[in-house]
Amino acid sequence: MTGLDVLAGRKPTAAPGQGPVLDVQGLSVEFGPKGRSVYAVNDVSFQLAEGESLAIVGESGSGKSVTVQTLMGLIRKPPGRVTAGRALYRGHDLLAVPDSELRHIRGRDIAMIFQDPMSSLNPVLTVGLQLTEALCEHQGLSQAQAERQALDMLDLVGIANAPQRMRAFPHQFSGGQLQRIGIAMALVCKPSILIADEPTTALDVTIQAQIVELVARLQKQLGMAIIWISHDLSLVAGFVDRVAVMYAGSIVECAPVDELFSATTHPYTIGLLNSIPSLTAANTRLVPIKGAPPNVTLAPTFCAFAPRCGYAEARCREAKPPLETVGGGHTTACWRWRQMEHLPRPQAAAPGMTRAAAPKQEPLLVVSDLKVHFPIRRGVLRRQVGAVHAVDGVSFEVLRGETLALVGESGCGKSTTGRAVLGLERPSAGSILFEGRDYAGATGEQLKQRQRAMQMVFQNPFGSLNPRMTVGRIIGEGLRAQKIGTRATRDARVSELLALVGLREALRNRYPFELSGGQRQRVGIARALAANPKFIIADEPISALDVSIQAQIVNLLDDLKARLGLTYLFIGHDLSMIRYLSDRVAVMYLGRIVEIGTTVAVFGSPLHPYTRALLSAIPVPDPKAGGTRRRIVLGGAVPDPSKPPPGCHFHPRCPMASDICTKVEPQVRDFGSPVSGQHLVACHHAGEATL
Amino acid sequence: MLSYLLRKLLLSIPVLFGVTVIVFAIAHAMPGDAVLAMITAEAPSSEALIAMRRGELGLDQPLYIQYLNWIGQILHGNLGRSFVNGRSVGEIIGERLPMTLELMGVALLVAFIIGTTLGVISALRQYRLTDYSLTLGGFVGVSIPDFFMGLLLVYVFALELRWLPSSGISTAGDNFSLLDNLRHLILPAAALALFRAAIFMRYARAGMLDVLNQDYMRTAKAKGLRPSTITLRHGLRNALIPLVTVFGLALPTLFGGSVVIETIFQWPGIGLMFIDAVVNRDSPVIMDYVLITAIIVMLANLATDLAYSVLDPRVNYD
Ligand code: SF4
Ligand code: SF4
Repeated sequence: MTGLDVLAGRKPTAAPGQGPVLDVQGLSVEFGPKGRSVYAVNDVSFQLAEGESLAIVGESGSGKSVTVQTLMGLIRKPPGRVTAGRALYRGHDLLAVPDSELRHIRGRDIAMIFQDPMSSLNPVLTVGLQLTEALCEHQGLSQAQAERQALDMLDLVGIANAPQRMRAFPHQFSGGQLQRIGIAMALVCKPSILIADEPTTALDVTIQAQIVELVARLQKQLGMAIIWISHDLSLVAGFVDRVAVMYAGSIVECAPVDELFSATTHPYTIGLLNSIPSLTAANTRLVPIKGAPPNVTLAPTFCAFAPRCGYAEARCREAKPPLETVGGGHTTACWRWRQMEHLPRPQAAAPGMTRAAAPKQEPLLVVSDLKVHFPIRRGVLRRQVGAVHAVDGVSFEVLRGETLALVGESGCGKSTTGRAVLGLERPSAGSILFEGRDYAGATGEQLKQRQRAMQMVFQNPFGSLNPRMTVGRIIGEGLRAQKIGTRATRDARVSELLALVGLREALRNRYPFELSGGQRQRVGIARALAANPKFIIADEPISALDVSIQAQIVNLLDDLKARLGLTYLFIGHDLSMIRYLSDRVAVMYLGRIVEIGTTVAVFGSPLHPYTRALLSAIPVPDPKAGGTRRRIVLGGAVPDPSKPPPGCHFHPRCPMASDICTKVEPQVRDFGSPVSGQHLVACHHAGEATL
Repeated sequence: MLSYLLRKLLLSIPVLFGVTVIVFAIAHAMPGDAVLAMITAEAPSSEALIAMRRGELGLDQPLYIQYLNWIGQILHGNLGRSFVNGRSVGEIIGERLPMTLELMGVALLVAFIIGTTLGVISALRQYRLTDYSLTLGGFVGVSIPDFFMGLLLVYVFALELRWLPSSGISTAGDNFSLLDNLRHLILPAAALALFRAAIFMRYARAGMLDVLNQDYMRTAKAKGLRPSTITLRHGLRNALIPLVTVFGLALPTLFGGSVVIETIFQWPGIGLMFIDAVVNRDSPVIMDYVLITAIIVMLANLATDLAYSVLDPRVNYD
């Protein structure tokens, strides 16, 4: 408690003598019936000064969202129960006032923006109505007055053509625009606190950069305090004043942002920082936090991080460490924080085996001028009036033993390309040669052969595992279906696979819902490996997982590649993770590859303006870099792939675009050297310095 | 939108033709025919007389000729004449259809309003006593067939309590008055409505529960709106969308139900007409009845599609 009091005083933006605008004291929230409680939030205290921005960072199940939703009265009771605590907003206890009174604070004084802009707006009401209703409610404005204010707010968040857009419905906007509208909606009443619950998690990186910039600007303009909930330490590093790290429902460390990164004291925060991929670090191994996310059904009477903590001692399992003041507004909840400075930091575990052999110069997969167009049909006779050019002339090779990463934002065609390679999508043009053979039109035994050699790992490990099958059956399913081996050999194979992906044999008889996200993804990988494939297509295999778990899976995939001599086509949007596991990278935009080269070349000297923008939009886990690093924030959003812009598809958003770009489609040119390898770029001005 | 409607209408033409073939086949596969059905009523007739009557009605021609004659007439807008009393079927239906539409319309409207309201209340009170009792009531409602419900209502309200009349559309002998007509309407409409109300309630509850879990409801709450605004403006609007389908599906079963209910309550609509026609083997009336109901159901489906696009801006027919 004392540590937090200190904090309120040192906040530079707070006017002298002014109390905190929000003061949360000892908040505890449980879900479910007594006796079988889920301890979602345990004794959480923090203060928020006027105009301050605080980030609450944690992985899934850390209680970060429940904390703020409780303050807003948004958790359902039952099953939710506030078992202790106060939350004072300018002296009013938000937890004690009846909902009918809390309603007048909600939306007017404390407003909130949510994770998924698509689903948080009402699909059947116009954006205008949704923007104005809070104004009419709280300030008693007439519809016309409210509309004027809403229009100003839309201008402020950068929605062009606001008067027309007011009459549009949510589905007529892109995700990034919708989040802007969500922000406008939250800010119309000029609240003194804005709570942002992972507002960029559902968005593409370049759009995420836009939103972060917008919120930071609005905070200055409107002088409000912000609580930003996130799972991403590096994202918030750039723009908040203070960070509170939560684990298993408790705040484990809270500090001014610089101090949190430079003088980290809590083992969990250390682990979190370690597992964040870096764009520059020399090492090629991530340092994950071992183990699985915490079990929040146990009463919080010990350090919840103990099962995963490399420094844990006996007392850590017996008593819960109190939040102690380190100094200077820095608090931490660890029994051993005083020694932490002198203890060795966790190191990357050595790769399971030797590093993968260098890729052979022999292509396993050759994709040439692949096109996948989806027809758009209209009219009485369903004539084809156009096509969505999902993949529009893509060529690449994957060499035996290498990992090629296909990256790009949503709608760039990377997943469709993967599906076409696997044979799930019929190409409209072009060819796909696997081991020198074209399987288009192949049937029977040939197809089976390819199926065996080529497997897929999916993004959503839960959705892709049959919930009614045990782990053992899921993994053995493919073998059984293809009649490989006998029952006994298949059983043995499943055990072998479990060990290979790092799952205990005991999990064999469990069902998917009993596993954590990371374990499920391991099952997904084991299933793909069952029939000894040569080639794995991994479609965003880590994007549904927590940061500390992502690192585990990336390392696992890397080890498996070395041990089994696999070749990967890795589809993803997170460039920083991709750096750790790919040999070459292909960047896609609107159905085309705009740049392809070795990972070192693309990350070290990106030549295409889009690649540069993507790289610069990746948040770096260093609060100091925010000022020195040049960020390129792209305007606009990815255009409709049924009406791609003429010339270079990227020109409407490209900071380097010139006349020629709007008319002539850029040719692919090789900027590689014998040392750096092939480095193909499709841009008229590739490599020119003006950006 | 327009092109979607046109396409739907075009597609319905072959369907309607199919309907004519089936109904013609069924009407003629029934044992006996109109002439034999009349014989019991008339004096015992000789074979020659029967043959003559059949000739008059065109029943002696090959089936496909009879079918083509019928279709030809219909395409000219002529629904033919009843075998029994020689009146034009178009005229009979014109007289009786409004009665049936009154009965069905009122029943459907009442069922929809009551069912939806109770369903929404039930969802808002999930896992409380209100919810449990309503759900139980709904269960009972869907388990009682129309005819039994009709008989039950007649027994209780007409025979025992003597509050309401049990048959006809107005009191015999009195001048026709709307009030009197509505009094007669209550029991048959209630018999039809209760079962459907239970169905609407079931779907409205499920729809509302689904909506209550949506993110936009949380957004609405976070804005500090009044609970009633949240429920009605943000909740109900969305919960109604799936109910449109239920509404569209209720219509065909309502025709079936009205046949039974009109018979029980002697309500002179087209359902009663149909039953009489079946008894008399009056095949023109039977066939026209089925055709007309098929057309109405089809139009209702179109209206359902239209309602969708009005309620849900995301729906875009083209
Ligand atoms: S209290 Fe013990 S287990 Fe918990 S973080 Fe500190 S050292 Fe690790
Ligand atoms: S071709 Fe022109 S518009 Fe396209 S990326 Fe290069 S500079 Fe930008």
